[in-house]
Amino acid sequence: MAIEVTMPQMGADMTEGTLVRWMKQVGDQVTRGDIIAEIETDKATVELEAFDSGVLRKHVVAEGETVPVGEVIAILGDASEAVPDVDRMPPAVTPARRVPEPVPTANGTEPPRQPAAAAVTPPANAGRLRISPVARRVAHEAGIDVTALVGSGPDGRILRRDVEAAAKGAASEPAAVAPAAAAPAPAVRRAAPAAAAATTEGLSKIRQATARRMTLSKQTQPHYYLTLDVDMTAAMEFRRALNASASEAQHVSVNDMVVKACALALQRHPKFNAEFSDQGLRLHEAINIDIGIALDEGLIAPALLDLAHKTLGTIAVESKDLVERAKHGRLRADEYSAGTFTITNLGAYGVESLIGIINPPQAAILGVGTVMAKPVVVGGEIAIRQVMKVALSADHRVSDGAEGARFIKEIQGLLENPVSLAL
Amino acid sequence: MPEMRMRDALREALREEMLRDETVFLMGEDIGAYGGSYAVTKGLLEEFGEERVKDTPIAESGIVGVGIGAAMAGLRPMVELMTINFSFLALDQIVNSAAKLYHMSNGQINVPMVVRMASGGGSQLAATHSHSLEGLYAHFPGLKVVCPSSPADAKGLLKRAFRDDNTVIFIEHTANYGLKGDVPDDPDFLIEFGQANVLREGSDVTLVGYSGSVHQATRAAVMLQEQEGISAEVIDLRTLRPLDIDTVIRSVQKTNRAVIVEDDWKFGGFAGELSAQIMERAFDWLDAPVARVCGKDVPMPYNRNLEFAALPSEEDVVEAVLAMF
Amino acid sequence: MTATPRLARKAREAEPDIDQLLDFLYQMQLIRRFEERTGEMYTKGKVRGFLHLYTGQEACAVGALATLQPQDKVVTHYRDHGHAIARGMDPNRVMAELFGRQDGVSGGRGGSMHLYDASIGFLGGYAIVAAHLPLAVGLGLAANMKKENFVTLCVFGDGSVGEGEFHEALNLAVLWNTPVVFFCENNLYGMGVSFQESLSTQVTTLAAAYNMPAVSVDGMDVTAVYRETLKAVEHCRAGKGPYFVEAMTYRYRGHSMADPELYRLKDEVEKYRKRDAIDRLKARLMEGGHLDGAGWEAIVERVEKVVEDSIAFADASPNPPIDTLFRYVTKEPGDA
Repeated sequence: MAIEVTMPQMGADMTEGTLVRWMKQVGDQVTRGDIIAEIETDKATVELEAFDSGVLRKHVVAEGETVPVGEVIAILGDASEAVPDVDRMPPAVTPARRVPEPVPTANGTEPPRQPAAAAVTPPANAGRLRISPVARRVAHEAGIDVTALVGSGPDGRILRRDVEAAAKGAASEPAAVAPAAAAPAPAVRRAAPAAAAATTEGLSKIRQATARRMTLSKQTQPHYYLTLDVDMTAAMEFRRALNASASEAQHVSVNDMVVKACALALQRHPKFNAEFSDQGLRLHEAINIDIGIALDEGLIAPALLDLAHKTLGTIAVESKDLVERAKHGRLRADEYSAGTFTITNLGAYGVESLIGIINPPQAAILGVGTVMAKPVVVGGEIAIRQVMKVALSADHRVSDGAEGARFIKEIQGLLENPVSLAL
Repeated sequence: MPEMRMRDALREALREEMLRDETVFLMGEDIGAYGGSYAVTKGLLEEFGEERVKDTPIAESGIVGVGIGAAMAGLRPMVELMTINFSFLALDQIVNSAAKLYHMSNGQINVPMVVRMASGGGSQLAATHSHSLEGLYAHFPGLKVVCPSSPADAKGLLKRAFRDDNTVIFIEHTANYGLKGDVPDDPDFLIEFGQANVLREGSDVTLVGYSGSVHQATRAAVMLQEQEGISAEVIDLRTLRPLDIDTVIRSVQKTNRAVIVEDDWKFGGFAGELSAQIMERAFDWLDAPVARVCGKDVPMPYNRNLEFAALPSEEDVVEAVLAMF
Repeated sequence: MTATPRLARKAREAEPDIDQLLDFLYQMQLIRRFEERTGEMYTKGKVRGFLHLYTGQEACAVGALATLQPQDKVVTHYRDHGHAIARGMDPNRVMAELFGRQDGVSGGRGGSMHLYDASIGFLGGYAIVAAHLPLAVGLGLAANMKKENFVTLCVFGDGSVGEGEFHEALNLAVLWNTPVVFFCENNLYGMGVSFQESLSTQVTTLAAAYNMPAVSVDGMDVTAVYRETLKAVEHCRAGKGPYFVEAMTYRYRGHSMADPELYRLKDEVEKYRKRDAIDRLKARLMEGGHLDGAGWEAIVERVEKVVEDSIAFADASPNPPIDTLFRYVTKEPGDA
């Protein structure tokens, strides 16, 4: 009867062995306990003894070959019987491996390791909502939009008490359902103000985003403000002259002139075309100016791109196109996100002055009021001039007041000498 | 209920258990003629004799091993190792024999033994004599780990330890031995394992401690109430194995905040385990990350001020709580 | 499936009679073949983990264990198959344990190094060198305190004597007058280091230093082992305290299956094989006319069947169900 001799398991961690040397040759008589081969494991060379007696009929594995544990390496049998046609049979036992072998990379070296953990700096102004797990859960259960909440916890984290205060406000909406003394005040240290009668309106996505971004701005960017009057008399004359000979599409608006003036001024005052980070100021090469556009759903501020070398006429054409596409929701992604400075203008509503909140992570915003006729002292005499109030809101981490003053004076100068805008 | 110190309550427990069960006997370093390093076994040699109150050589591994053998043969030994610092020498017997025999023997052999030891820093005993290793022992499946914080708990838990069929590591904080409290004199007074004690109810934050750190937590809770108007709940775990995590979770669901106070080193300590379990079971109830107020990551210095700085204080607890609001 | 300890047919005599010698021969052959087949099962992946074979040392287990009474206790080292079988543990359940199966003596939770059968006082193989010596003293202490007249046989290797616990245990055993036989199987090597290189004195000298009576015996002569160990056991049972026996023996196989045996010469193995305990007892019985070729063949065949049956039994036994994983971590009221 043919007896298979297999590659032995010779240690708890052995998975394969190399047949170093056959100690018994084909035809040799083998007695139980005889050493028939030397086997090399990854730890040592060991002798393989026969567990049965018989004649060695075949070496299935040649000297020098490495085979897995359990694979047939030789056949013992009677001298007379036919040798079964065994040729490198698969192992009867597959050693279970708990740990995969290290996989060499193409060049034979160790695979790259993860670099040692460097200090993790959260991205500046990441805009991620900070909310505790329980606040998120309670808000979800109460159907409250957490993006509309202002957190009272450490670093502005929205806490359970903030959600509960908001929920209390919402729940008391129908007066009949919420009599004055219905619910006891939650036991938090900073109790919510007594709820007043109000209705709650769902928040649009734009509303939610505005709330989040404006909160972030006011909580992280220390603002300073500068305002001055710009005498727009010459600029209005210049505009009338330009538009008289231009097509409808090329008509220049007051805002276009402000955009052009800002684009020129930003080239000379790069700190206002920048953003703050813990590592330092990032000064942007491109000048992309967001312009506020009021839509029914809320305010958006897409960017006019690459203004450094664009003419007033080009700006006029592109700004109309931008407003048109914004109304139809066809803005491109970079127009949403690439802005480096913002102009917000409520002149069309007759608003005299407007002080904006910086659009994070930008460094400044210019608020523009309406152009109106006003008595102004010119050369010691009172004259009627076209006056526009502008207000600069700037991030004090990036610039100081005097720098802001020079920047806003630059804008004023450009607008009061409109020929410079034509360059 | 008589008032007594924790060392006396422990002695009462040993006495009552020896009277109740003649298989209970004591052995350890200096527990007989000397009366015990912390005077816990004082007078027991006179009362019960040398056969049941055995002074041993200073051979921690040997005497714990003897305790295991005696327990295997049906006795209920208590082995006193004087302090937890010496238990490193017996670690193999505790971990490889006491904790594993029941499993390795497929339930044929169990080791009902109580190993008592004193733990904790704060006495200017320097680096080798100031350990808090409760969490280390809690790491090993097969052991029970008990760490009382008051005289009554000490008595009820130690008496309960002698009725357990497993090895109980009974760890006493040296700062607690002199604590006074009312202790029931009912010989059937037992405190079950795995039942945390809510020492103080509160609504704003949960402070979790055991053994010595319970007292820092409690003092911090008073300071928070008086100085900040914050209402802190204080939980004494009493046993780390089995662990009453349910009581902790219920509390966190109420307060939404948890601070764990522990004398042991923070890195890799039991507070980390507890913190992870709170995160796993109560993530959606948290208003702030779970905080750990633990021993600083240094071998204990001898100098009084340095040692004080290395140990968690009630001020540290208050600071950790305030950072959550 | 509880085994019964091997009972003495009559009171232990200092010199075993012919029936007892024939039984010794059978047991030694049983252990020899059990170990050889176990080694084969290891190479086939049926037995896994660490495996330490007892081949060559059979006279120690058979001679020493034969001196014990049913109430006595045994704790031993991780080369424990021989002692388990000599104590009367069911070979089927020993092999099933080596296979890691449910019907193993330790339910598949212990393996080769951790055989337990409390019903016959076999309280374990211990895999941390010398860790079980203090346990034996504890068992002895319990015998004294409970006034139960059992003796504990504590078997360990020469590798133990360098451990602190060896010295702690000997000291405590004498201090507390415990009925423990410390039985050192000196097979000359603690893994691959010879004991002469790891010990500054003789093994029995250490025992004498603790005021413990000690004797060294030829561990490849089953009768000599029996004779000296019986003296030790009777000394303990008479309440005279612990006793130390050193049995000089030799293992034919490597320390474990992975051992390339670089530390000794083949000549040395051959030298000891010429003094093989089975061959010597067989020759003695044949010379005395108590055994013939047919009688030996009958023993061999009986052994082959017992061992073959144990393999079949182990192979047929199921793996322990996964849902029993958490059994026996702690013992609680109401546990089975």
